[in-house]
Amino acid sequence: MTAHPTGHPSGAEGFLHRFEGLRSRLPGARLDFVDALRGEAAEAFRQQGFPTRRVEAWKYTDLRPVAAAGFDEPLTAIDTAPALPPAHGAARAVFVDGRFREDLSQLDGLGYAAANLAVALPRLQGRLGGLAADGAQPMVALNTMLFEDGLVVTVPAGVAAGVLDLVSVATASERPEAFHPRHLIRLEAGASLTLIETATGPSASRYLHNPVYEIEVAEGARLTHARLQQEGDAGFQLSTAYARIAEGGTYDNFTLNAGGKLVRNEIHAVLSGPRAACHMNGAQLLRDGQHADTTTVLDHAAPDCASRQTYKTVLAGRSRGVFQGKIHVHQIAQRTDGYQMNQVLLLSPEAEIDSKPQLEIYADDVKCSHGATVGEIDAEQLFYLRSRGIPEERARAMLVEAFLREAIEGVQDETARAALDAAVTRWWEGQEAAA
Amino acid sequence: MPAVTETIDTVQSVTEGTYKWGFETDIEMEFAPKGLNEDIVRFISHKKNEPAWLLEWRLKAFALWLKMEEPRWSAVSYPAIDYQDAYYYAAPKQKAKPKSLDEVDPELLKTYAKLGIPLKEQAILAGVEGAGEAPADAGRMPIAVDAVFDSVSVATTFKARLEKEGIIFCSISEAVQNHPELVRQYLGTVVPQGDNFYAALNSAVFTDGSFVYIPKGVRCPMELSTYFRINAKSTGQFERTLIIADEGSTVSYLEGCTAPMRDENQLHAAVVELVALDDASIKYSTVQNWYPGDAEGRGGIYNFVTKRAQCRGRRSKVSWTQVETGSAITWKYPSCVLLGDDSVGEFYSVAITNNRQQADTGTKMIHVGKRTTSTIVSKGISAGRGQNTYRGLVRVAPSAGNARNFTQCDSLLIGDQCGAHTVPYIENRCMTAKVEHEATTSRIAEDQLFYCRQRGLSEEDAVGLIVNGFCREVLKELPMEFAVEAQKLLQISLEGSVG
Repeated sequence: MTAHPTGHPSGAEGFLHRFEGLRSRLPGARLDFVDALRGEAAEAFRQQGFPTRRVEAWKYTDLRPVAAAGFDEPLTAIDTAPALPPAHGAARAVFVDGRFREDLSQLDGLGYAAANLAVALPRLQGRLGGLAADGAQPMVALNTMLFEDGLVVTVPAGVAAGVLDLVSVATASERPEAFHPRHLIRLEAGASLTLIETATGPSASRYLHNPVYEIEVAEGARLTHARLQQEGDAGFQLSTAYARIAEGGTYDNFTLNAGGKLVRNEIHAVLSGPRAACHMNGAQLLRDGQHADTTTVLDHAAPDCASRQTYKTVLAGRSRGVFQGKIHVHQIAQRTDGYQMNQVLLLSPEAEIDSKPQLEIYADDVKCSHGATVGEIDAEQLFYLRSRGIPEERARAMLVEAFLREAIEGVQDETARAALDAAVTRWWEGQEAAA
Repeated sequence: MPAVTETIDTVQSVTEGTYKWGFETDIEMEFAPKGLNEDIVRFISHKKNEPAWLLEWRLKAFALWLKMEEPRWSAVSYPAIDYQDAYYYAAPKQKAKPKSLDEVDPELLKTYAKLGIPLKEQAILAGVEGAGEAPADAGRMPIAVDAVFDSVSVATTFKARLEKEGIIFCSISEAVQNHPELVRQYLGTVVPQGDNFYAALNSAVFTDGSFVYIPKGVRCPMELSTYFRINAKSTGQFERTLIIADEGSTVSYLEGCTAPMRDENQLHAAVVELVALDDASIKYSTVQNWYPGDAEGRGGIYNFVTKRAQCRGRRSKVSWTQVETGSAITWKYPSCVLLGDDSVGEFYSVAITNNRQQADTGTKMIHVGKRTTSTIVSKGISAGRGQNTYRGLVRVAPSAGNARNFTQCDSLLIGDQCGAHTVPYIENRCMTAKVEHEATTSRIAEDQLFYCRQRGLSEEDAVGLIVNGFCREVLKELPMEFAVEAQKLLQISLEGSVG
């Protein structure tokens, strides 16, 4: 245990220490099932601590910078309204430093149930922790131990819920803060929802945003989950999503990693009913000193399911990109159609990419493939543009943008695709202005 | 070629997927006491009359091994191995060292004849005496063989012919005696003693293996080959092979292996080190046919092998080709460290698992030199309850400007009880490098089967044909005799997996 300059212990000890101090005051402290979950999680986290690079799943992502920072809980909610990202629809849930802000949110009269977790907790026995029950995930255990709030959505059968914005804003603070929101999203049979999530933060403050999602997509339901990760330059975001997709359901996840110092986007999706589908796509453009890790685990646990994954990464400066993608086809999952592509463009001699696509297949009637490519900008393509009078810098920019946009094309929902497109454009303009 | 006629016979005689190499040779053997400790290491070293530096080297490896843990990261499972419950030295009893092939125990010669391995030079060169360089037998080149029986090399053929070219081809024990400076210069420089658990064990107790040195500018006039045979019960085989190709030289080396059918599991933990200097080229081909165990997974060889090549020189090249049909468990990753600028590494692999076989195999390509290129083609076939994993690493260092890698891993599943897994690692720190990886998994397409069946092939033949087509890219890399053998082996290995 190393001491933080302010006297706060860092690392796993620091979090455990604060859990002991806060346990009786955390949301749901008087609910036995919540307290029991927290207790078990604390024990799991105590035993494992922060994962080290000796753990295969964390081979390429070193959490020492996170462990070394001594984090505080955010102070009591600030009343001032921070700048919010543009809205994509009428409904919106806003969390500031991980806490729900009713005054900034709009969840009334939606035709489906949406509330914040701290309020909804008494009704969540059996649902909370139902999917994120994996004790072998220290970051999930940390979340369970210390979550204070989150979004709870239940879309009833057959309801087309439209667009819901989920906004997370971190505010500037002198001491590093950590928040661990838990979001529970449930779509009942035939329901649909487009969840557009935006995470932002101040550029100079260090903070940890450690969200966990439990996502249930019932028979024939469809969830589009677009994530615009625009955390501050010094921010850490370690997210873990668990999704379970029933017969004929679709889960469409797209993650745009545009910010943060150290980011991990981990998704565990289980196709649990026949003809379920899962699309996981993403794009990331990393600059100096940024580290982003996309880790996906896709379980084909039922026959006739399809999965598609396309991840595009562009690395500039001394950045590092990591992709780990596993497709696990269970023996029962005959006629599986699985596809995964990971493409990386290197713009700098100092960048590093580590890629580990993985197939684990126990059924014989399957069609599974994965591909991975790493390279610099194609000289021929560049020449083609240059020969048509486009200046070199502009030509390079066009090629990079085209490379990234290819991943967005797979997003079916138009609102989500437009939001992602706009985000890429903004982000790209920022890049060009900075260059 | 005996190997060829033998295989044809095999295919004709095969009925129930029998392992026809499963016989046992009744021969008087000499064993070291059971178990593993420093005294056994000293015993082996003493038995082989080794210089003090080599004993020290072994003891250091043993000390390292004691501190190491058995690797558990691979996708294979087996009960814990009791390293004390095996013999680490087993050799056929010999009165005096045979001076020529005529003095080798006839039992041994019979064993190798039965395996289809030519240990008689005249058998191959029949009718060629005095006919100069060109053998009359259908224009085929002879093959020089080093035969390793349990712990020792029992015979090496064509030594005199090779010596004329300055080529050293002998057992590693002989090399220690006759060319200690070369052995000392290169041994353990590619796979150090503490490299991994099995390599450390091998370094401590290795008993024999082949040694090859090709001098500057020499193109080896014939294929060199080693045939490994495990015969004795409760023994482990720990052979060590060291091949050095000096500047501008070329060599092609083949390796084959079999073992008797037994209910027990036997450990084979080999180390192979290859060194290629400037402009040198080494082609290393393996047809691994250790006893795979029976249909219920009883018995079979645990094949835990460390193979690595260093392309030290500029424009040097190492090509690994392997056909892995045997062994209960295969754990092996023939690798290339591409140090020299413009050096080339290749890995072509076919791995078959049937019944309850498990294979976790692949390669590592480490790019250090500029413009280094590597190609990986892996074909995995799973049938029965077999589990087949490709595990590979392509690492490109910042120094490897314009390096290039292409990887293709295809898996074929036959039956719904087996598994096929692909675990490639790509680590790139060089902007100008280009790395491509693709992998597919599928089963034999109904339309392909239908096409063959419609033309009168039985289902089993049709599957054999399709599997051979699936593996063609790899099989074409094998020397011809081996390619024929390998094709037949594929068919035999898959027997009983259809219908």
